[in-house]
Amino acid sequence: MVDASADLLLTTSGAAPRAVPSRWRSVLSRGGARLWVGGALVSLLLIVALLAPQIAPHDPLEQDLLSAQLPPSFTRGGDAAYPLGTDSLGRCVLSRLMFSARTAVLVALIAASLAAVIGIAFGLIAGAFGGWIDQLVSRMIDVWMAFPPVLLSIVLAAVIGAGLTSVIAAIVVVDWTRFARVVRAETTAQLARDYVAAARVLGLTRGEMLRLEILPNLVPLIVTLLSVEMGIAILVEVILSFVGISASGDMPSWGGMITEGRQLVYQAPWIMALPIVCVIASVIGFNLLGDGLRAALDPVQRR
Amino acid sequence: MSAVLTIDNLHVAIGTTNVLRGVSLTVEAGEVRGLVGESGAGKSMLGRTLFGLLPANATVRAGRITFEGRDLLRLPDQERLSLLGRRIALIPQDPMTSLNPVRRVGAQLTAVLRRHLGLSKRAALNRAAELLADVAIREPARVLDLYPHEMSGGMRQRVLIAIAFACDPALVIADEPTTALDVTVQRQVLQLVERLRLRHAAAILFVTHDLGVVAKICRSMSVLHAGRVLEEGLTADVLTKPHHAYTRALLAATPRADRPAEALKPVPTVLIEGLWAEAHRLDRLPSMRPA
Repeated sequence: MVDASADLLLTTSGAAPRAVPSRWRSVLSRGGARLWVGGALVSLLLIVALLAPQIAPHDPLEQDLLSAQLPPSFTRGGDAAYPLGTDSLGRCVLSRLMFSARTAVLVALIAASLAAVIGIAFGLIAGAFGGWIDQLVSRMIDVWMAFPPVLLSIVLAAVIGAGLTSVIAAIVVVDWTRFARVVRAETTAQLARDYVAAARVLGLTRGEMLRLEILPNLVPLIVTLLSVEMGIAILVEVILSFVGISASGDMPSWGGMITEGRQLVYQAPWIMALPIVCVIASVIGFNLLGDGLRAALDPVQRR
Repeated sequence: MSAVLTIDNLHVAIGTTNVLRGVSLTVEAGEVRGLVGESGAGKSMLGRTLFGLLPANATVRAGRITFEGRDLLRLPDQERLSLLGRRIALIPQDPMTSLNPVRRVGAQLTAVLRRHLGLSKRAALNRAAELLADVAIREPARVLDLYPHEMSGGMRQRVLIAIAFACDPALVIADEPTTALDVTVQRQVLQLVERLRLRHAAAILFVTHDLGVVAKICRSMSVLHAGRVLEEGLTADVLTKPHHAYTRALLAATPRADRPAEALKPVPTVLIEGLWAEAHRLDRLPSMRPA
């Protein structure tokens, strides 16, 4: 038998010797430049969307046919009252861009969150229960993904009518599979891990296992997907605007502006170029943010 | 002494392959029983059967596992889950992978306390700190806030031991808990397990392939091969007067500091082949193939 001697106490200081001054600081530094650039772009988007009525120089719907197609104020022939010029109906482009940011944020937040909730639920169920339930969900996803998404959206718009609601519905209906597939695969992988087996041996129920052991491991993944999905949602809104099933004319959106500007692309290229720049910047912002957050949220720092 | 765990004639097959061929084993209350065997002997399968962690294509063909008077294999899920972690606990083999990497030690330790003892969050955290102190971890309050990757392997193993003993179990299955650790840490872990066993009056089924460890801490032992118990008895008797040729061969193959390395003999192939042939022959007998 072993003697319970004192040398146990001598050897127990194996803890990480470095102090942990601020967990938040280390989390943020792990994200790197991606996190900062992405965060800045997305914050800018959110601030503009939130404050659009306060900071926009004009009403985005106010028409001034006498000053239509004015170029941006810093170019020759520009008017200082319209910093980024006007469109074919003489509406202030800057104001329209700002109010479009609200539309974009609205679509991105609602559509991505709904798609995530539905996709995560299906993915967890398929991954956790396995067997025929997994087969059923997986085949459903396969069939779902075989439909061309834009076509599916057009059919949907035909059923529930054009407008922002149908854009959001289209994104959710198409893109929940993106979450479901990844979450299902990761749940299956997690179930095979030693620590999940160790937790089962502790007598945790299936629900507790999912909530306590598996879901926390999925958080970095979900955050990344969510952020990327928000970028995708903004792009889809642009695409659906182009085929004419997005918000009506009295609700400015980048997609709508691009569609309108296309007709005047030779005479007044800024009308189309500026919303494109906004779309690109927001999508890059969301992608960088997602990437940075994934790195930042992963405590094991496997990059 | 009364038996806390009785395994009676347990047959388990994976697909069509028998992995346990009528294992019988008794662990008395408060004793340490060693379960010795080479890789593939069925040690892990025995543990998995106890905890209901058998792979999907495995079947328990016959036998009975009685734990504290209850038939473990026929217990409803709910009742079985309430026993696991509370009355029967496991010290897993690999401390590096057996803790959830994204949850703090405190959360993982309190989960079991809250699940089985119904403690409040605060009470569970206080208890968790005491448990960490019991496994000789300094500054337990700080360690509760650490993630597993911020600790050494030895520390993680001690956390796992703390979790195993958290709810005063009657039986702890130690599944090769020292295999993944280096020799100096092994010794500490063994001392720790021994100390906690005495404090909590728990019995331990110590699964290992290390006869040295068995000699140190086990009162009795069983030698497992090809899913059968070849020999069992008090450790002192089995190690000094082994009856079975396999046990003798195993002892001859164990390195000892007081003998030159050249004296080591591998277990003879003839013996192993004979044992497997016997096992397969038994598989074909009607009496060994219960429905």
